Amino acid sequence: MASAFEYAPAPESRSVVDIAPSYGLFIDGEFVDAADGKVFKTVSPSTEEVLSEVARAGAEDVDRAVKAARKAFEKWSALPGSERAKYLFRIARIIQERSRELAVLETLDNGKPIRETRDADLPLVAAHFFYYAGWADKLDHAGHGANPRPLGVAGQVIPWNFPLLMLAWKIAPALATGNTVVLKPAETTPLSALFFADVCRQAGLPKGVVNILPGYGEAGAALVAHPDVNKVAFTGSTAVGKQIARTVAGTHKKVTLELGGKGANIVFDDAPIDQAVEGIVNGIFFNQGQVCCAGSRLLVQESIQDELLDSLKRRLSTLRLGDPLDKNTDIGAINSSEQLARITSLVDQGEAEGAERWTAACELPSAGYWFAPTLFTNVTQAHRIARDEIFGPVLSVLSFRTPDEAVAKANNSQYGLSAGIWSEKGSRILAVANKLRAGVVWANTFNKFDPTSPFGGYKESGFGREGGRHGLEAYLDV
Amino acid sequence: MSDVTRLSVFKTYKLYVGGKFPRSESGRVYEVTDSKGKWLANAPLSSRKDARDAVVAARKAFGGWAGATAYNRGQILYRVAEMLEGRKGQFVHEVAHAEGLSKNKAAEAVEAAIDRWVWYAGWTDKIAQVVGGANPVAGPYFNLSTPEPTGVVTVVAPQDSSFLGLVSVIAPVIATGNTAVVIASEKAPLPALSLGEVLATSDLPGGVVNILSGKASEMGPHLAAHQDVNAIDLTGATDGDLARDLEVAAADNLKRVLRPRTEDFTESPGTERMTAFLETKTVWHPTGSLGASGSSY
Amino acid sequence: MPTTAPAALAFADVTASDGALRRFLHGLPGVDAVGLEARAASLGTRSIKTTAKAYAIDLAISMIDLTTLEGADTPGKVRALAAKAVNPDPTDRTTPKTAAVCVYPDMVATAKAAVAGSGVKVASVATAFPAGRAALPVKLADTADAIAAGADEIDMVIDRGAFLAGRYMEVYEQIAAIKAECGDRARLKVIFETGELSTYDNIRRASWLGMMAGADFIKTSTGKVAVNATPANTLLMLEAVRDFRAQTGVQIGVKPAGGIRNTKEAIKFLVLVNETVGEDWLDNHWFRFGASSLLNDLLMQRQKLATGRYSGPDYVTVD
Repeated sequence: MASAFEYAPAPESRSVVDIAPSYGLFIDGEFVDAADGKVFKTVSPSTEEVLSEVARAGAEDVDRAVKAARKAFEKWSALPGSERAKYLFRIARIIQERSRELAVLETLDNGKPIRETRDADLPLVAAHFFYYAGWADKLDHAGHGANPRPLGVAGQVIPWNFPLLMLAWKIAPALATGNTVVLKPAETTPLSALFFADVCRQAGLPKGVVNILPGYGEAGAALVAHPDVNKVAFTGSTAVGKQIARTVAGTHKKVTLELGGKGANIVFDDAPIDQAVEGIVNGIFFNQGQVCCAGSRLLVQESIQDELLDSLKRRLSTLRLGDPLDKNTDIGAINSSEQLARITSLVDQGEAEGAERWTAACELPSAGYWFAPTLFTNVTQAHRIARDEIFGPVLSVLSFRTPDEAVAKANNSQYGLSAGIWSEKGSRILAVANKLRAGVVWANTFNKFDPTSPFGGYKESGFGREGGRHGLEAYLDV
Repeated sequence: MSDVTRLSVFKTYKLYVGGKFPRSESGRVYEVTDSKGKWLANAPLSSRKDARDAVVAARKAFGGWAGATAYNRGQILYRVAEMLEGRKGQFVHEVAHAEGLSKNKAAEAVEAAIDRWVWYAGWTDKIAQVVGGANPVAGPYFNLSTPEPTGVVTVVAPQDSSFLGLVSVIAPVIATGNTAVVIASEKAPLPALSLGEVLATSDLPGGVVNILSGKASEMGPHLAAHQDVNAIDLTGATDGDLARDLEVAAADNLKRVLRPRTEDFTESPGTERMTAFLETKTVWHPTGSLGASGSSY
Repeated sequence: MPTTAPAALAFADVTASDGALRRFLHGLPGVDAVGLEARAASLGTRSIKTTAKAYAIDLAISMIDLTTLEGADTPGKVRALAAKAVNPDPTDRTTPKTAAVCVYPDMVATAKAAVAGSGVKVASVATAFPAGRAALPVKLADTADAIAAGADEIDMVIDRGAFLAGRYMEVYEQIAAIKAECGDRARLKVIFETGELSTYDNIRRASWLGMMAGADFIKTSTGKVAVNATPANTLLMLEAVRDFRAQTGVQIGVKPAGGIRNTKEAIKFLVLVNETVGEDWLDNHWFRFGASSLLNDLLMQRQKLATGRYSGPDYVTVD
């Protein structure tokens, strides 16, 4: 909507980050080419500009990296916890120092707004390392008995939606507990993990403790299947999560999976309505909705549905979509053409199934991958857009009449990752929170994260918890 | 005085499903012998349909059992111990035959099993305090993590430890509010089937524990693949290929899997068997200040 | 020019009795403090640069109710203030005038004469400002006095004691009575003293109470207590005027007052306006800043934009 008060472009400077034309795999403290010499290009999703050419790991590289991690494990796990702690504190501090650079890098490679990388991703990354650093010499007090032992080599595969934050969620607890790591970032967002390799260099981390293998699914599969990997941690799609669970069946590998979701955001008629609107917007449009715990199903009490939808649409009209590096951008680019195609296809199905589509009027840039904030009304539990994870800025609106019905609909899903409750009535919040089958319940707020707070799903949203004292268990032999 | 010894009354062993004692819907039985091969009884050879019925019963019981107060669950588990204490002789007899133990050894196992119920009875209202708690997040939010039961758990009971092992795998599952579908030891199912009779008289709601006798290799694949089962304990799946196949099948709906292991059930159990079938739910709520005073950027 | 008639009619049933009014006010949606403050803080991170900043600075200057409300006010002080309002930057005649000067009733005549012909309005506080602790006849006389002296706008304070004691009808009737006194002669700003109402729920209730009773503007505070205008309480009041217009068609203005001292803060408030109620309110007929020291900072920033050099306090006037 044109306004008299037009915000002039306010781009964050790209010059704070220096992206090399090419990157290798980071194995045993060195950047090396892939054994078969393969490379791939990583592009900026907001412009389709090629940012760099990156080595593409294959099975042989996985083997090299696991060997390096195995070799490093002996000394790393034998270090006093207080020394491991100091390495992690160093990493946390260096990330804080370089946070603007890393935020710009992440925005370039991922497409999400600088406002988010600057105010959410990077502060959480540093906080996560800081939090787990403190655990390294206190594991005796973590509730797993005296002197709990690390597992060994952790094979970690992370997604593209929060590249550096997911890296932190994986690497920080693994190192704190004395494991060594081989991590595969997503093929569309390899850069921040490679910059993290440089952070490890600056921190003086012993070689081989962290190995970074940019690559595609085949590298992830090889890593998960490698016989000398003791621990598998994966964040990504439920389909791949199931494949991993099958791969590790019959082995002794410990597994944690953080997978998809179809979070219900339940708004009762006594909700603090303006804050609920903000929470709905944050729930589904944060990071363009490419969030596993997104509040992608709005369950609104029928008695306030019209009023709430009016407010919501009005609010959506003020969202600013465009250049992710502009400090005033609310909605950035979709991460890849593949993801855009998937979102488009599910939205088309939603229309074909008879749901009513409303899309905020906003101009989409001509280059790059974009999808305007969209909501569907007249959605029922039978619609595919109410069941499948869209992983995009698309909200499905359903109504309910009573708290019982709200809970039944919210739980009627194969997933169980997140849920939201909006009500000013304390007893109702507690009763509903108690009945929801979801790992994280946000009441009168949404999409809040903290390193002290365990995160993870019920049902097909995965198992194991990341964050907090709970997050240690995944990396200890207990 | 007649010198004719009294002929004992045999028991027809039946399944325990949904609080009732059905025969297998298949009508099949198999011969159960003692460790020396002497016939003891005919046990129901449960089918996949019996397993399906058990899952339905377990799911139906889940809401009420998970929603019961921890204190209430503790009282019921303690009641199981009380009931067992009164029928100790029967179980000593059955365990001695089943495992080929002396009467003394069998009595030790049964007493340990009774004590195990007492141990878990005491855990029901403590586990949340041990594994849950408040998280000091960096913001104006109250943040609390609590453990919740995973749901319906299939338990492949230990093959050798027919009673102590059995109790050691069932009690932790239900102490926290899960419901269980138990595949008893194939060769030594009788203590398990008798346990059903004890559970039925211990105020335990029907369906919380369902006990099937028969072949893990026959029922296991159906239970592992069942989409309305949330977790599987493979403790008794000692055949490596079977365990692997069940774990693969369990991946279809991402069941929580407790892999087979060799375990000395006389050891103090720890909390791991409870936490294996607990989810952690974390609830956030804003706190903020008391008034609107002084809020600023 | 808006008239209060439609609003008063729309709420005739609500204001028919003490009980009905209480039920209505207590039935307004609650406010989650953390969420409200987070939204205000988030809008505070907007980056307003170059042309947008120039626009915002001029808009902010044009929205200022340049205020002096001191016991020590004299005709000389008021004339100096008025001169500054009319001509904020003697070195740059393109600088907009402020919206108004805001003074005590006894200074209205002086102020009126000093701004004559400039288009700058004279606003007067009234109704036993700042405490509001006087009988209604006294408040009415105070108001009549200011209007008689030429005030274009009346900034009244509500009786916070009555509000906090739950005597909403009493507050309503007082506002309505002052509104009647203003008639078509002066626009009425109703000051809630949000720092004393303390909770956001109270601020929302007071906003609706004021709007229903005929306020042309709702205003945060007197500037005389510890907590005055904040982004969060202003955002909340903007939401109230937005919802009120949606329901009644009547547009009400908003005036944060007190504590807004520099350009950066003022621009954050304009962002709140822009993204909450939109451009219909981006005009000094609908949005004002109650401020005094803010003006000089805006002027220094304006000079910086014009010349590229940072300005200093010696290059703006001190009155």
